[in-house]
Amino acid sequence: MPVLDRDGTQVWRRRTGKESLGRWFGWLLGVAAFVYCWQIISDATTWFFVWDAPRIANDIWTRATPPKWEYITQLGRPIWDTLNIATLGTLIALFLAVPVAFLAARNTTPSALLIRPVALLIIVSTRSINSLIWALLLIAIIGPGVFAGVIAIAIRSIGFCAKLLYEAIEEIDHAQVEAITATGASRWQVMAYGIVPQILPAFAGIAVFRWDINIRESTVLGLVGAGGIGLQLSASLNVLAWPQVSLILIVILVAVIISEWVSAKVRGAII
Amino acid sequence: MLQLKKLTKTYKTGDQALKAIDLEVPKGQVLALIGPSGAGKSTMIRCINRLVEPTSGEALLDGVDLVKLGATGLRKTRREMGMIFQEYALVERLTVMENVLSGRLGFVGFWRSFLRRFPQSDVDEAFRLLDRVGLLHMADKRADELSGGQRQRVGICRALIQNPKLLLVDEPTASLDPKTSRQIMRLITELCRERGLAAIINIHDVALAQMFVPRVVGLRFGEIVFDGPPNGLTPGKLTEIYGEEDWEATIEAVDDNGNEIEAAQ
Repeated sequence: MPVLDRDGTQVWRRRTGKESLGRWFGWLLGVAAFVYCWQIISDATTWFFVWDAPRIANDIWTRATPPKWEYITQLGRPIWDTLNIATLGTLIALFLAVPVAFLAARNTTPSALLIRPVALLIIVSTRSINSLIWALLLIAIIGPGVFAGVIAIAIRSIGFCAKLLYEAIEEIDHAQVEAITATGASRWQVMAYGIVPQILPAFAGIAVFRWDINIRESTVLGLVGAGGIGLQLSASLNVLAWPQVSLILIVILVAVIISEWVSAKVRGAII
Repeated sequence: MLQLKKLTKTYKTGDQALKAIDLEVPKGQVLALIGPSGAGKSTMIRCINRLVEPTSGEALLDGVDLVKLGATGLRKTRREMGMIFQEYALVERLTVMENVLSGRLGFVGFWRSFLRRFPQSDVDEAFRLLDRVGLLHMADKRADELSGGQRQRVGICRALIQNPKLLLVDEPTASLDPKTSRQIMRLITELCRERGLAAIINIHDVALAQMFVPRVVGLRFGEIVFDGPPNGLTPGKLTEIYGEEDWEATIEAVDDNGNEIEAAQ
């Protein structure tokens, strides 16, 4: 009880004495745990390398600058591949995520006991594995190249898109669905008229958001051989061609900035 | 035309929303359903077109028991019952025209409706209805650009384009100002008269109900406690429906043809 009776006046405190004592004890535990963990990390660190870091970083910086500008002629194709991996992967993911989302949303699933758990499992399993790992698996299955990258991005994005979309479906205004149902519309018509218009802005937002993320993710897929600019990055890193590495990083940065600008524009136009 | 026989709805929580309702609505009759919040008014009209599944009893529309209908039969029969909602329930991101035409969904196939290729006769009728309610110039506007009264008019068009036998109207004026409320009530009752439509209008504004309808049914705790003409609603009857309160002012307002409401604006 935060209201105390003291000498006949009602004193209000945010917390009782016991509660604040408990909180102080909690903070104490937190700080102690932090100090203890710091100790362990410190013991496990070779501090020589850490103190050395600025010098090494400086060394790499001087090797990497200026970027090897003429190398850009060889980057056009890989960055184009990267963009394609991201875009195609996103499109495939959206195509597959829509049915999964409808099966997963509590208000549209045909069976909450049987089908919904399956849909949720698809969402969780595709979401929890990083696209790099998917790419490694897929390269083993379908061989290295752009196609493996596209599929890796697609699989990774299904769960993400489906999750956001099914949450949007669950938040729709039920009255509009009821009104369409009351006209005698079929199940599919109720979907097309009552539900789809309501989730369309969310869908568009999710699509560009995921596309934006996928551009960043697809730049690294080449590291494991799944096509795109990552391939050039890993090749340059392997031969310690630092000026090429810095140019690749600049190209990636520019691509990401452009994609972010595009997705911000698109989202602004829809919402 | 519509006959409810021992219609009962018990929710999963055990709440009895409707207790064996018996009611008959002849063709072309407009009746108002009044009663306090939670009396089962909304449940009752939703049990008729089965947006809520009744627990037991019968609801006969021209002799067809709505309660026993399968999915296809239910869709066919829903076309004969237009519904108007409290918060309009228009699809906000569609245009006025699309909203009106959505009343024909039960009559056209999926792809035609999906591609918005409605039969020309439906489009003509939609324009006629929009003109009748004075919204012809708004046909291309998106529904969320309209004011409350305008939206409710679109809702009315959507219900009427079904060419129904019966209108189920759920609190049509609850979100509207007093003047618009009257206009909407007048419009609904006029259109019912023009088309010989029967209607059940849920309404919690007693004075408004008395002003526009020839028959009032009072619901309390899921039971019909009053059924008669509006002037039969004495303070005693209103107390029975709603509970203790000074009812003289409410009834007076109606006798003066609602001057007090008008003055209040």
